Amino acid sequence: MPPLPPLDPILFLIFAAIAVLSAVSLVVQTHPIASALSLIGVMGALAVLYLLLGAEFIAAAQLIVYAGAIMVLFIFVIMLLNAGAERRGGRARLAKWIGIPVFAAFIALIAFLIQSRLPQTQGVTFGSFTTGTALEIGRSLFTQYLLPFELTSVLILIAIFGAIVLARKEI
Amino acid sequence: MPTLPSATPVSWYLTLSAVLFALGVAGFLFRKNIITVFMSIELMLNAVNLSFVTFSYQFRQVDGHIYSFFVMVVAAAEAAVGLGIILTIFKNRNTLHIDEISTLKN
Repeated sequence: MPPLPPLDPILFLIFAAIAVLSAVSLVVQTHPIASALSLIGVMGALAVLYLLLGAEFIAAAQLIVYAGAIMVLFIFVIMLLNAGAERRGGRARLAKWIGIPVFAAFIALIAFLIQSRLPQTQGVTFGSFTTGTALEIGRSLFTQYLLPFELTSVLILIAIFGAIVLARKEI
Repeated sequence: MPTLPSATPVSWYLTLSAVLFALGVAGFLFRKNIITVFMSIELMLNAVNLSFVTFSYQFRQVDGHIYSFFVMVVAAAEAAVGLGIILTIFKNRNTLHIDEISTLKN
């Protein structure tokens, strides 16, 4: 019986492809609701990658906070404003002819730098880092990062006030 | 056919993060709908989160998870306020096209 192919890189490649294709779809779709659904695809694929990296709490928070709460808010606003398809700007062709090659060159440069400059280390295997549980995150959050945590609660309170002020009738 | 490594290299995760960030920048620069521009910002925040979690794995520390947790919280606050601003702009100007929203006061 031949040895099984390594599962970690295969799962990474599948979900990385989903994430990149969804992100491309976000950028090229003209209708905002299609962009929003593509963004949900990116977030779901990233949640799986977080699980592969051993970050189970972050993966759950990604699905609940991002794909759940934030994207529902986005889709509510898109439906509330009845946003239609985007009109083409005058500089769209220039952006296409210059932007895509520059974008590809930038990606290639970044990928080359990351591949060549990063020290060669042991790769990522599922299950070799198990510290990303809610227990460890909670312990770290309430001891070492207590002050940022409290500041974040103040930030959310201010954001709620801001949203209420902005949603008033006359402004 | 090149053989796959038995473990995913860390650089693949970082490259994916860079690609997603660059796509977010492209969407931010090229799109004209204010809601799509806002979603591109969310995409960039997600890409940075992937970098944080990858480095957290690399150093076997939980700090990167904490940072990406804070990024999520800030993104939630930002979404609430930003979408409120978008609603107000639409009520006053009746447009979502960013080129038509060029003045702070009518």
